[in-house]
Amino acid sequence: MTPAAYTATEGGALLVVAIVLPVIGMLAIFALGLRRAERIAYLVLPVGLLVALAIAADVARSGAAVTYVLGGWQPPLGIALRADGLSVTLMVLTAVVLCAVGLVARGSFSTPPDKAEARSPMVFWTLILGLWCALNTVFLSQDLFNLFVALELLTFSAVPLVCLDGRRETLQAALRYLLFALIGSVLYLMGAALLYGAYGTLDLAGLRLLARNDLATSVALGLMIAGLMAKAALFPLHLWLPPAHAGAPAAASAVLSALVVKAPFFIILRLWFDVAPQPANAMAAQMLAWLGIASILFCSVMALRQARLKLMIAYSTVAQLGYLFLMFPLVMASDAPTAWESVGWTGGVLQLVSHALAKASMFLAAGLIAEALGHDRIENLDGAMSVVPISVAAFGLAGLSLMGLPPSGGFVAKLMLLTAATETANWWIAAAILLGGILAASYVFRVLNRAMAAPASDFACKASIPLYRELTVLGLAICAVVLGFVPLQPFAFLGIGRVGLP
Amino acid sequence: MSLLPDFALMLLILIAAVWTVSARDRRDSVIGFIVVGLLLSLAWIRLNSVDVALTEAAVGGGATGLLLLRACARLGPNETEGVSLKVSLRILTGVLCTVVAVALATIVLYPIEPAPTLAPTAAAHMGEIGLGNPVTVVLLAYRAIDTLLEKVVLVLALIGVWALTPDPLWGGAPGSLRAQHSSGPLTFLAQVLPPVGIVIGVYLIWNGADRPGGTFQGGTVLAAMWLLVMMADLREPPEIRLHTLRRLVVLGPVVFLVAGFAGFWIANGFLSYPPDLAKPIIVLVEAALALSIAVILGMLVAGPAARAPR
Repeated sequence: MTPAAYTATEGGALLVVAIVLPVIGMLAIFALGLRRAERIAYLVLPVGLLVALAIAADVARSGAAVTYVLGGWQPPLGIALRADGLSVTLMVLTAVVLCAVGLVARGSFSTPPDKAEARSPMVFWTLILGLWCALNTVFLSQDLFNLFVALELLTFSAVPLVCLDGRRETLQAALRYLLFALIGSVLYLMGAALLYGAYGTLDLAGLRLLARNDLATSVALGLMIAGLMAKAALFPLHLWLPPAHAGAPAAASAVLSALVVKAPFFIILRLWFDVAPQPANAMAAQMLAWLGIASILFCSVMALRQARLKLMIAYSTVAQLGYLFLMFPLVMASDAPTAWESVGWTGGVLQLVSHALAKASMFLAAGLIAEALGHDRIENLDGAMSVVPISVAAFGLAGLSLMGLPPSGGFVAKLMLLTAATETANWWIAAAILLGGILAASYVFRVLNRAMAAPASDFACKASIPLYRELTVLGLAICAVVLGFVPLQPFAFLGIGRVGLP
Repeated sequence: MSLLPDFALMLLILIAAVWTVSARDRRDSVIGFIVVGLLLSLAWIRLNSVDVALTEAAVGGGATGLLLLRACARLGPNETEGVSLKVSLRILTGVLCTVVAVALATIVLYPIEPAPTLAPTAAAHMGEIGLGNPVTVVLLAYRAIDTLLEKVVLVLALIGVWALTPDPLWGGAPGSLRAQHSSGPLTFLAQVLPPVGIVIGVYLIWNGADRPGGTFQGGTVLAAMWLLVMMADLREPPEIRLHTLRRLVVLGPVVFLVAGFAGFWIANGFLSYPPDLAKPIIVLVEAALALSIAVILGMLVAGPAARAPR
């Protein structure tokens, strides 16, 4: 067996910091928590953002992946961390979304001044930092079992966030989420064990060199991808998502919808393009795309039928995740020399990033609207425009991305996916992209129509929202819009470190 | 040795597993689960994996079983006995399980010869660490980051359980663990057993460096002793706001992190150890981890706070 050697690069130690820094913050809140939890979080958040930016700058400057070998033990014995263009993009995205969520959450999760520690702030901030560690590990780790540990970190941070307010129905939603996530973990672990049994390594690059097209490999990858599909809420395994994401407090929903469900999808990408023997199974790719199409159509219609704003946004999340799974047949059928030089791949990644920004903004806006009005019934949103105009504007701008209207990241992403679909003659996929856009427009405009209506005569504002919270939400939505100005072609940055994979 | 005992063991495991799934009473099902755990640990011993056997007995059967029994007791007889699944869903579950089982069986029945393994490589580098137990070397050197992050998962799990505390009770103590009918023998056991159990726990941790045993097994034994004392009502569970408790929970991960960062200066990077100091560092980390595991497991079983802080 030829072990794939990783050479640690100069700035590699920063990768360790990216994973460990949130853990230090979390432990500090837990141990010293009898002071105010959010203060420690506000120390960690900007530093974490700087670390992510520094790694991104390093990758951009050197034009190669940043690598670190933990403990100096080369894989397959040890574990390597590796930041390529794609993972570093997602790390920066995560840091930006978390910082914005942290700012907006200040209003809802501050420790009351008369107490040393209160339940919901302590739990919220420790779990957010736990999530951050999990996400960075998912993006950086090059080891299948280490990725499993990262998925466990993700589950145990995400599930309690769902039932943070302790209502009976949110407890039910959290339990259902936990069961789906654990079944996903078991399937993933089984697959990882099979791969170790077949190849004697868990290292991604090592597996890529060795992978054979045989029964054991297919079953292992099938089990892992099925497990990850349950975690990523692909139709028909999405049943847990709407109640869970709608029941969580808005700040937590934003993180869950924007980032948490993207982590298992990222691992599917890694397995599909970095581990599976190429060319991958065309039938499996078609099946993933069909499930994606079902997600888009079924859950967009469900979103249209919801009476509560947060449930509508949650269904829209499942629909938008469906677009990501269209990538597989589009990339396979493209004639680009490598996967990451194809239009479909770039469109999919752009959809992931722009949906994260738009959806975080949308959930946060919905949270602020609900705080101001005291409810989130879509039928009674009249007058929202007069009390929280900036939040409604943010909702509308974020909506552009979901619908795929210019100018927005969602527009560019969907246009690229559409181009790839027509180029490769995948007409069903093209039709689903167009139909999904029309459905998204219907559910977004349905909300905007109500929110812009004149307030009823007995209208009362329940709470006034500080300007900085509204502006943060708008900032995220503007980021999603600005993504719409990127050129319509594959980006070299996303391919960094992927061509020369050892 | 003849295969007869192995077949008997396999048969017993299967019977216990079927019993666990089909038992009508929730409590019977949990007891079946504990029995499966213990039988599985016997199977691991037959496979010469003493480390796995100890972990399965301590964590799979012991700690998890206790958690499930507590959950049963909390649910009480009034709650509905499980939600019954629709027939179609049951059939679907059965079909999916069968497909997965057949696929796994096919792969296992036609293994690759020789089976690829990292065992020789792992053994070859053990000398650089100076420990005699390969499992410990894998867990604390080669794949130390996994072990570190798993301990973070445990802390997150504890936070998740505490998150279920009603707001006014935050910071208070979990409900009493006292058995419903407190009995003389239990009290006697709780007075006599802990000194012995603590020695066994410490032995397992210390011994883990060179022979089967280790932090998780030792920590679980320590947790069991603490839980025994709490169940016999000799001690109440502590308030969750206690500084000492909080610090004991983070002690293991913090010592591990400090050792990891020290590697930047005294060895070549995060989580690497200098050859002559490797063993003392690892034993120190293991001791701290075991203490944290014991406290976390104890508090996980005790559950969220049920009394207002005093």
